[in-house]
Amino acid sequence: MSVKGVKGAVKQPRLEPAQGMDSVGDTLQRLRESFSAGRTRPAEFRVTQLKGLGRFLRDNKQLLQEALARDLRKSAFEADISEFLMCQMEVTLALKNLHTWMKDEPATKNLLMLLSSTFIRKEPFGLVLIITPWNYPLNLSLVPLVGALAAGNCVVLKPSEISTSTEKVLTEVLPQYLDQSCFAVMLGGPEETGQLLEHKFDYIFFTGSPRVGRIVMTAAAKHLTPITLELGGKNPCYVDDNCDPETVANRVAFFRYFNTGQTCVAPDYVLCSPEMQERLLPALQSTIARFFGEDPQSSPNLGRIINDKHFQRLQGLLGCGRVAIGGQSDQSDRYIAPTVLVDVQETEPVMQEEIFGPILPIVNVRSLDEAIDFINRREKPLALYAFSKSNKVVNEMLDRTSSGTFGSNDGFTYLTLPSLPLGGVGNSGMGRYHGKFSFNTFSHHRACLLSPPGLEKLNDIHYPPYPDWKQRLVRWSLGPQSCTLL
Amino acid sequence: MERPRSLPEHSQLIKGIAGIRTQGQAALLTGPGSPQLRSSACLDCAELPVPQRAPLKASVQSDQTAGGNIGMDSVGDTLQRLRETFSAGRTRPAEFRATQLKGLGRFLRDNKQLLQEALARDLRKPDFESEVSEFSMAQHEIHLALRNLRAWMKDEKVPRSLGTQLDRAFIRKEPFGLVLIIVPWNYPLNLSLVPLVGALAAGNCVVLKPSEISKNMEQVLAEVLPRYLDQSCFAMVLGGPEETGQLLEHRFDYIFFTGSPRVGRIVMTAAAKHLTPVTLELGGKNPCYVDDNCDPETVANRVAFFRYFNTGQTCVAPDYVLCSPEMQERLLPALQSTIARFFGEDPQSSPNLGRIINDKHFQRLQGLLGCGRVAIGGQSDQSDRYIAPTVLVDVQETEPVMQEEIFGPILPIVNVRSLDEAIDFINRREKPLALYAFSKSSEVVKQVLARTSSGGFCGNDGFMHVSLASLPFGGVGASGMGGYHGKFSFDTFSHHRACLLRSQGMEKVYSIRYPPYTPRNLRMLLVAMETRSCSCTLL
Repeated sequence: MSVKGVKGAVKQPRLEPAQGMDSVGDTLQRLRESFSAGRTRPAEFRVTQLKGLGRFLRDNKQLLQEALARDLRKSAFEADISEFLMCQMEVTLALKNLHTWMKDEPATKNLLMLLSSTFIRKEPFGLVLIITPWNYPLNLSLVPLVGALAAGNCVVLKPSEISTSTEKVLTEVLPQYLDQSCFAVMLGGPEETGQLLEHKFDYIFFTGSPRVGRIVMTAAAKHLTPITLELGGKNPCYVDDNCDPETVANRVAFFRYFNTGQTCVAPDYVLCSPEMQERLLPALQSTIARFFGEDPQSSPNLGRIINDKHFQRLQGLLGCGRVAIGGQSDQSDRYIAPTVLVDVQETEPVMQEEIFGPILPIVNVRSLDEAIDFINRREKPLALYAFSKSNKVVNEMLDRTSSGTFGSNDGFTYLTLPSLPLGGVGNSGMGRYHGKFSFNTFSHHRACLLSPPGLEKLNDIHYPPYPDWKQRLVRWSLGPQSCTLL
Repeated sequence: MERPRSLPEHSQLIKGIAGIRTQGQAALLTGPGSPQLRSSACLDCAELPVPQRAPLKASVQSDQTAGGNIGMDSVGDTLQRLRETFSAGRTRPAEFRATQLKGLGRFLRDNKQLLQEALARDLRKPDFESEVSEFSMAQHEIHLALRNLRAWMKDEKVPRSLGTQLDRAFIRKEPFGLVLIIVPWNYPLNLSLVPLVGALAAGNCVVLKPSEISKNMEQVLAEVLPRYLDQSCFAMVLGGPEETGQLLEHRFDYIFFTGSPRVGRIVMTAAAKHLTPVTLELGGKNPCYVDDNCDPETVANRVAFFRYFNTGQTCVAPDYVLCSPEMQERLLPALQSTIARFFGEDPQSSPNLGRIINDKHFQRLQGLLGCGRVAIGGQSDQSDRYIAPTVLVDVQETEPVMQEEIFGPILPIVNVRSLDEAIDFINRREKPLALYAFSKSSEVVKQVLARTSSGGFCGNDGFMHVSLASLPFGGVGASGMGGYHGKFSFDTFSHHRACLLRSQGMEKVYSIRYPPYTPRNLRMLLVAMETRSCSCTLL
């Protein structure tokens, strides 16, 4: 485990902050002190940090692109639209709206409070921990970071030790662009993260698996720390008979094989009738050939599996059902061909775990009702997709299921809209972020009421003793519309 | 634990019973396991775990027609039944939700006297206090929810980017499913009904676990409330800590807990096992800073009113006063005369002062009376569970009264020499649920606000902010997480589902995002994306 990026030879795996020589406890203490001193609160300070993030992205684009290529063989195109652009967009949005987001939000008053001022103040929580996975190591570090810094928090970032190249850039370069007194990077694997979680944080933002999500939440409970858990799940993709197979094939294949399938919101499996499957398979075949050529292994547009462990897991899944398209794999290259499986049984591993790779099983259902039943028998997914030319079918799927997000006739395009929250439900997580939702996630909403110090006579009505006339007056004034007098 | 085990001889079902199950029909709880049998219910299960494991029971199932044929299903069965109702979509239509909310309103109106009596028996709560802090707040929430239900339920349209102009983008508010609400004993009606309004308005099925400590209210809630709600989507589970622990092993889709930080940790740990989101409404020691620039009479009125309201058993009550020795000198006579005016020369005989909930808390509070020096009050009477409205001075930070949430009619005054010292004092401690600052100078009030953190904040007053449904009520840090009241309750109990609906057309346009990726396509995408700062349009 000490391979996982702890600097220097340490016998026992020890949690270490990336920068400097002080212990984790010291680093956290240092961050807490800058927070207590109010350093991170002024809008100007936050703006400087956000601009720093923007410069980090621009100055180091090539370095980061190379790291992403080394970790995942992510193509420049994919890195551009799913990592750089989304981060940059969040930075720009936060910079543009920071002052508005920070403003006290006035709240409506009742009669007796006309002379008071009532508002909701957005306050930073304090010390935030962000734990990041390896599949979009830049996006999933920076997008929550934008929200946490915009909200005025101090942040500890724990990048994934699995995407080692990106981890290195984040560790060595990113801190140069941020104020060191309010930001630190911590490195390590599961064991070190476990140690880190024993410390008290004021907010924990975790992206990863439900299994680790449970561990994080249990650790957070000890300190009563609020959390956001962005987890995964098997995202169903229902394809109605009333569809154009070519369009569906394009859109499903694009989003399934994007980042080599290592996307938490990717369509995980297709639910359709046997007839639709017959029409879909040739369309998928030709789409895959068009996207990645006759030999996808030589395509520059298809990435690789992150590590051997995941490669082996995916290779095992290729044995489920029957391979209709693809199915090849090459251990030396960690290559898994874009694959479609058919005749898959619900009980097979490929239908039991989140696939997280370029494999698309098709499960047959005979009707919309059966598809909805199939979906509702399982854990609530992070995303759900429905393809149909009929609005009625789409709306029914939307109405009768639950999921973190929902897309019809497309994949995870909604992620590009910061006006929509990203977040799971049930087994796929809790809490949400992106755009203003991130800012709100990392802010405590403090209810504030400022009353005038005078006018004490008015208050007399609610002080004891309570003779009958007072009770009558109170009952009357507490009519249905207003709860005014307490 | 899913099935009732062999029952202890004297039917310790006591802790077991819950609602009645009839198909929307009112039915009386009779027969084995009805609360009437709970004659020997141990007063306070929190402190006295029953030696035998009392089986957890969910609801008394009564046959729709045969009144005598009453069986009991296990908690597991009850939860299963609620889940099925939810899956069938029964709770989703606005009409259904409105019916439930109206039922809650009727419950309050029809049983006002019964409820008032229960509150009087549990806490000797004066009618006035019940009126303003229990009935009116619950009623107000119901009205607000009924009036706004359809607006709250509406899909929330969101701005789109250039590339999603042809799509529909909105946030849908969906019920989570099965919600558990755990309620404390201090405002047993308010803290049951206000979250219940939010959970039902949002379209959830609800299991309500009232406090076993406020046992008269528990009984009314268990016997009467279910008659006003659809039994297929609502159930009550009764019991103490042990039963609640068993209940928490089941999976819920949301848990709403009001209580202590200690139990809050237990609840959140249990929730983690099922990845269940939680709202924790906890307590804390709420500081009350009194600046030198104050009118002592006004401050004395306002602090005493909110401190002694509900006999101090309020999670948002000002817990201690921070002020200069000079201000203390001016404040003490003012407090003395305020207390005499509020409760007379002998507060024990005042109808306007309640009592401590139980012996355990009485003894704890009696112990706290020994901290520092009694400046006002200090009397207590065990037989009546009476603690006089008390002010303590010369209190050390290390004494118990400054170490735990007081939750009784005792107000310690701690001296600080300046605003800065007060703020330091506050910030050295856990973040409180509420924070109060009194000063004629708005500058001082604003400094306290800006340089501290707390769940809620009130300048120159007590917990008035809690009565406004337009403000979220919730803690931060050790005082909890999540907020509710009014629309915040509805949002708390709703999953916010991001939805983007696109058509199948325009495939030619959308296909520039597909591989093989060419520099030309990438340029086109980037140009399209960068033309508008906040639109990443074509992915």
